[in-house]
Amino acid sequence: MSLRIAGLTYAYPDGSVALRGVDLAVAEGERVALLGPNGAGKTTLVLHLNGVLHGGAGTVEVGGLRVDAGDRSRLAEIRRRVGIVFQDPDDQLFMPTVAEDVAFGPANLGLRGAELAERVDEALAAVGMAEHRDQVPHHLSFGQRRRVAVATVLAMRPQLLVLDEPSSNLDPASRRELAEILEGLPVTVLMVTHDLPYAMQLCARSVILDGGRIAADGPTTDILADEDLLRAHRLELPYGFHPVRP
Amino acid sequence: METVAMHIANGIVDGPVSALFAAVAVIALAFCVWRARIDLDDRLAPMAGLVAAFIFAVQMLNFQVLPGVSGHLLGGTLAVVLVGPWVGALCVSTVLIVQCLLFADGGLTALGLNITNMALVGTAAGYLLVAGLMRVLPKTPGGVGATAFVGSVVGVVVASQAFVFEYWLGGTTELSLATIAGTMAGVHTLIGVGEGLIAATTVATVARVRPDLVYALRRFRTQPAIVPVPVAGGVA
Amino acid sequence: MGAGHAHPLHLDRPSPVHRLPPQVKILATLLFTVVVVATPRTEIWAFGGYALLLAAVAAAARVPALWLAKRATIELPFVLLAVALPFAGHGERITWLGMSLSVDGLYGAWNIVAKGTLGVLASLLLAASTTMRDLILGLDRLRCPAVFTQIATFMLRYLDILADDARRMRIARLSRGYDPRFLWQVKAFAVSVGSLFLRAYERGERVYLAMVSRGYDGRLPRPEGGGASAAQWAQSAVLPASAAAIALAAVLG
Ligand SMILES: Nc1ncnc2c1ncn2[C@@H]1O[C@H](COP(=O)(O)OP(=O)(O)OP(=O)(O)O)[C@@H](O)[C@H]1O
Ligand SMILES: [Mg+2]
Repeated sequence: MSLRIAGLTYAYPDGSVALRGVDLAVAEGERVALLGPNGAGKTTLVLHLNGVLHGGAGTVEVGGLRVDAGDRSRLAEIRRRVGIVFQDPDDQLFMPTVAEDVAFGPANLGLRGAELAERVDEALAAVGMAEHRDQVPHHLSFGQRRRVAVATVLAMRPQLLVLDEPSSNLDPASRRELAEILEGLPVTVLMVTHDLPYAMQLCARSVILDGGRIAADGPTTDILADEDLLRAHRLELPYGFHPVRP
Repeated sequence: METVAMHIANGIVDGPVSALFAAVAVIALAFCVWRARIDLDDRLAPMAGLVAAFIFAVQMLNFQVLPGVSGHLLGGTLAVVLVGPWVGALCVSTVLIVQCLLFADGGLTALGLNITNMALVGTAAGYLLVAGLMRVLPKTPGGVGATAFVGSVVGVVVASQAFVFEYWLGGTTELSLATIAGTMAGVHTLIGVGEGLIAATTVATVARVRPDLVYALRRFRTQPAIVPVPVAGGVA
Repeated sequence: MGAGHAHPLHLDRPSPVHRLPPQVKILATLLFTVVVVATPRTEIWAFGGYALLLAAVAAAARVPALWLAKRATIELPFVLLAVALPFAGHGERITWLGMSLSVDGLYGAWNIVAKGTLGVLASLLLAASTTMRDLILGLDRLRCPAVFTQIATFMLRYLDILADDARRMRIARLSRGYDPRFLWQVKAFAVSVGSLFLRAYERGERVYLAMVSRGYDGRLPRPEGGGASAAQWAQSAVLPASAAAIALAAVLG
């Protein structure tokens, strides 16, 4: 599923401007990392991809379908295609049990009964949380909640998967397992992250967003090798890490 | 835990009057649901749920009023100043229902009475006063804080007088109404002052950071929020 | 269904009462309380009968008497009120140990203590044997309007998170040497209540956005199944039915 963003601007109701003309195109099947310092507007951009935030200038197109907040049925179709894993799993998980939470999305798509149960089992198995299905989400550890949050979106079988800082607070093994899950999915991925080695591992292409504008767009190896560029946007590689060209 | 009940127990007011007020509460809450949907549409459940959780969490924070006497906030006027009368009444009612069923605080048969007093009458009095005062006072954090103080004191005292009225209708023991009214008003003025101080500071704090979240301020804004950028955003 | 959402009054026991579906327990508790409140206060022995019924339920639910007694102190303010009634009451008076007591006031005190205590005990038994989650499911199956069960679902889900926030803020205040003793020192407390509201509200907005992203259109899915069998309804009906029998016997007898 391809993504095309043109001239996107947005200001929050309190007046703070978060996006100042963003242009970005992502081809079908591509995995792109979205980098940038705190407050750059990454989360704001993500929330535009399925029309949750709207009202500024510019356009967003998903698979050729223009995101239009006024058109409810089209919006439903877009939310079926775009899956967003939020930055804070506590915002995403609200049902009383893990399984019910994973079922929430597919149930809204109209699935019921055995078909619904199958989706839930499949998604929980993919993130290795099947044995926690009847637990209360807030009794899980942060990393486990993050995996469940990923499962809630996988259960909807999105064609464009958007993840907002998926690797933060994960232990090294979970971080690697999540990468394996993402690498195995045949979908377009846009991943917001501060974890530059993770971007390097998963995404051939990276985009830097700063101050609500795209500051750089290119192969991840080139971007991570450009020390001046990284410094200018408050990005830092971990100590001892050197990007190497393949 | 050394919490004590603040809500009317079973057996204080007789059956028929309790039933009458249960009916009053049901009708009034149905009306609140209808109006709250206008304020929040499909955001109603998550927003009201979070505000109810806020009231609940705040009630768990005990603070010392005098040495040895600890009190906690009731939060009715605070809620209506922040989220408006309809959503506020729903939130306070939800808290009361859960307290009654899971914390044995307030009798099951007195639930209608408690909801009427605290979620409906008290909040309505507090809100009407706040709405009236906001017409004359400056629409600043200080101004809305001052109205929240007055609204809280009056809200708490009026709620206590609603109990006196119910007792007059269906009290199980004949008592001098003047005495009950006086005692209730006295005690609740004290409670109300504590409540009011906290409500005032809380509302002023919120008004300073996110004035758009204070319902009492929003209502009096003649123009939509300043739009300094090319385009202002909306939320689906 | 037993997983999680315990609350301070919940006692996790493997008992037949715990296993009953929540809706039948809620209805039984409500009907029992109504019968108790409707019983004329002069039928003193009927209240003894109700107390025995509750004792039987407590035994079946494996809730210790001491636990109930301790939790029932929540009623203390009303007991104090009851003590005052014989002195403040009107009408005919009797003299006892040199004190002039109102007969109506004495009956009033008995009325409050008996009905209040029985009501609190019944509610405590419901709370001890039902998790918050089950309670909401029960209310839902009793056709409680969905707005309320949904608000309550969100309230429960985020209560712990907000309570944690509140606790962390308190610890942060304490560790900076703030320990309010009197009302006029509560400013910092109230400021943190303000920030708690901001967190609650902003989280509400984010949760809503996350829900919309997954296709939410204003209705939460209803949990399927969980209906109570006729036998379970019958079991739970024993409590209110016996109470009603006692009440009838008392009034007619
Ligand atoms: N709900 C909101 N109301 C007002 N302003 C907001 C809101 N959310 C974000 N902003 C502002 O918009 C700008 C962009 O925020 P955004 O959350 O998109 O940043 P981000 O790139 O995701 O940062 P981080 O790396 O910290 O997650 C910031 O200046 C922020 O203060
Ligand atoms: Mg972000």
